[in-house]
Amino acid sequence: MSSMPAPKPAQPPAHLEDGHDTSNKAQVSTAHRPGTNGVDTSTLAVGPAVARHPGDTKSADVVKCLRDDGSLDPRTDPNLSSEEVVALYEAMLRTRILDDRLVTLQRQGRIGFHIGSLGEEAAILGSAFAMRPQDWMFPCYREFGGALWRGMPLQRYVDNMFGNSNDPAKGRQMPDHYCYRKAKVTSISSPIGTQITQGVGFAWGAKIKHDDLVTMIYFGEGATSSNEFHNGMNFAGVFKTPAVFFCRNNGWAISVPTERQTASRTFAEKAVAYGMPGVRVDGNDLFAVIKVTREAVERAARGEGPTLIEAMTYRLSGHSTSDDPKAYRPDGTLDPWRAQDPLARLRKHLHKHHGWTEARDKDLEARVDAELREAVKIAEATPAPSLDSMFEEVFADLPWHLSEQKAELVNGPRAKGHGH
Amino acid sequence: MPQMNMVQAINDALRLEMRRDPRVVLMGEDIGKVGGVFRVTQGLFDEFGDDRVIDTPLSEGGIIGTAIGMALYGLVPVPEIQFGDFIFPAYDQIVSELAKYRYRSGGEYSAKLVIRTPVGGGIRGGHYHSQSPEAQFIHVAGLKVVCPATPADAKGLLLASIRDPDPVLFFEPKRVYRAAKGDVPEGDFVVPLGKANVVKPGKDVTIVAWGAMLYEALDAAQKAAEKGIDCEVIDLRTLWPIDIDTIIESVKKTGRVVVVHEAPKSCGLGSEIVALINEKAFLHLEAPPKRVTGFDTPFPYTLENEYLPLSHRIVPAVVETAGY
Ligand SMILES: Cc1ncc(C[n+]2csc(CCOP(=O)(O)OP(=O)(O)O)c2C)c(N)n1
Ligand SMILES: [Mg+2]
Repeated sequence: MSSMPAPKPAQPPAHLEDGHDTSNKAQVSTAHRPGTNGVDTSTLAVGPAVARHPGDTKSADVVKCLRDDGSLDPRTDPNLSSEEVVALYEAMLRTRILDDRLVTLQRQGRIGFHIGSLGEEAAILGSAFAMRPQDWMFPCYREFGGALWRGMPLQRYVDNMFGNSNDPAKGRQMPDHYCYRKAKVTSISSPIGTQITQGVGFAWGAKIKHDDLVTMIYFGEGATSSNEFHNGMNFAGVFKTPAVFFCRNNGWAISVPTERQTASRTFAEKAVAYGMPGVRVDGNDLFAVIKVTREAVERAARGEGPTLIEAMTYRLSGHSTSDDPKAYRPDGTLDPWRAQDPLARLRKHLHKHHGWTEARDKDLEARVDAELREAVKIAEATPAPSLDSMFEEVFADLPWHLSEQKAELVNGPRAKGHGH
Repeated sequence: MPQMNMVQAINDALRLEMRRDPRVVLMGEDIGKVGGVFRVTQGLFDEFGDDRVIDTPLSEGGIIGTAIGMALYGLVPVPEIQFGDFIFPAYDQIVSELAKYRYRSGGEYSAKLVIRTPVGGGIRGGHYHSQSPEAQFIHVAGLKVVCPATPADAKGLLLASIRDPDPVLFFEPKRVYRAAKGDVPEGDFVVPLGKANVVKPGKDVTIVAWGAMLYEALDAAQKAAEKGIDCEVIDLRTLWPIDIDTIIESVKKTGRVVVVHEAPKSCGLGSEIVALINEKAFLHLEAPPKRVTGFDTPFPYTLENEYLPLSHRIVPAVVETAGY
């Protein structure tokens, strides 16, 4: 597919005329249209689960609020104050600026890696905003904007990017694998999906103890193929745990597109099989994201159980700094999504209703740059973790074999380039 | 002191700790009303209810994944994996998550849980109801691994495991679940982790064993005594971190050692024990250390007793070592 065709509403098969998305039909190549390859597929459900084109978000079941002209649909308006909208916009823009600068730092060889959220800021900040103070975040790895929103200091995040001795993870993990208990942000790990069951168990523990909290569990659409997704959804359904499954459907799992993850029509509809509601939301629409996430949090807090949210968004960057997306995704195919940039859409609303000006963008950018420059300066001047720290916290106390190995390392020759 | 078998002793420990510590919750397949396929949790559902003795869906990954979440929340889950052989769907959660939580979060979080699971041969269970996977977990930094041989140790070690700050894999030797009987102290009773037990002192050959194989080692020691060989038998009890001092002290005395375990020979815990002895007591050795273990094959069904390192295989190894 060299360029993404604009979605043309196809004639829906009779059994799908009950408000289901039919625009997906436009994504099925002609070779697979009924009758064109000798196989009559007209009785099968329409094409694969997609958010390959923003037109998919126009389907009737997708919750939207922010209109093209910058106004809000009163039926789905979460009724934020002007200060809240501005604060969220600033947080989204800050996230984007940080993403950009962190990529630069990686290119300069000053940090090893970054995995960002370009294009997904509304989904991440909107869902984080919808959480209550007592709720817990079980992040995937693209949600640093949400962690900062919830109170992780930028310095700690940047320390994590440098793996220095002030890194909350003590330099033991890759960049973007932070944790921050004070902000109720749990510890990030690389294996896909593992946080899903953990977030369910955490919520289950709270339910057993009759505590009022909800877990917000983040993952990409690729993770819906993992055993953890099934386990987590199933346990959450059976035990009605107060968990919100927040799936960022950003179109890609590294180079693998959504239709290689599932033959379901949508990701949200998977919820049905687990006995919970599933909802699709325009993930680039901050207000709609807040609306559905808030409702899911409230539902969970009322004891009515979990919800699966599919935030339809798009990964506008490569998977990470280690990835070159040109190998699998012609840049031109991104244009329809660039036109739906969550920041640009929100900015239109701000201009119209909150007196926002370009100058304030520039001002914010300068502030974020100054803030980051300072944080990077401090992080680079902070020493690497001590040799001893390598052996600490494997167990609560140091067992004999680790103290032997520690002595061996400390008294042995030093490697180059680790700050010692 | 009451006489109990190992099943009763573990049940006693769980009941005691659940009464003492409201954070303790049990979860697993069939552990509720029916009390577990080996009846280890019998009666606990009636006493503590569905919130603390939880029959879960059939998913080991789900059990351990959610147990980690509960532990992060401050509960102390003691999940049961119905057979050690079925722990592998949860292996990723144990290896990638449980073992590393404290370390990877710089100490901000830790996931404390005790995974109980029956291991080893003895029930004609073939590959999938007989394996001893301790080495696969010992090799993962951050896990403690325990395997009691007696009812009293089962109680005391389980209580210690639940109160220990680190995640523990608690392997229960199913072959002696009911066969092992003995006095078990009433009430609170802790056997510290990391301490082996010299079950039978001796001066000629050290035999290191644990779990169900302890009884084979003791039987072999008795038969060796008839041939004039005086064995010292060590029950390891905590497999990791290992009580190296007790082993080395014994080997320095005897100069000869036989390690016995059910798991396959290559890269088994026996390999590590022999390596440690070589590093720490090489000049005290009078004979090459020997391993009497399962073979490097899947655990067989019909030939189970040929596979297991029973006393008929231990005795010749002891005799050979003694006469080297
Ligand atoms: C178990 C596991 N397998 C493979 C990987 C390598 N990997 C890292 S991210 C990723 C794609 C994930 O896609 P998705 O879940 O959609 O999240 P996104 O990156 O799009 O946010 C893969 C395959 C991994 N981290 N863990
Ligand atoms: Mg994705």
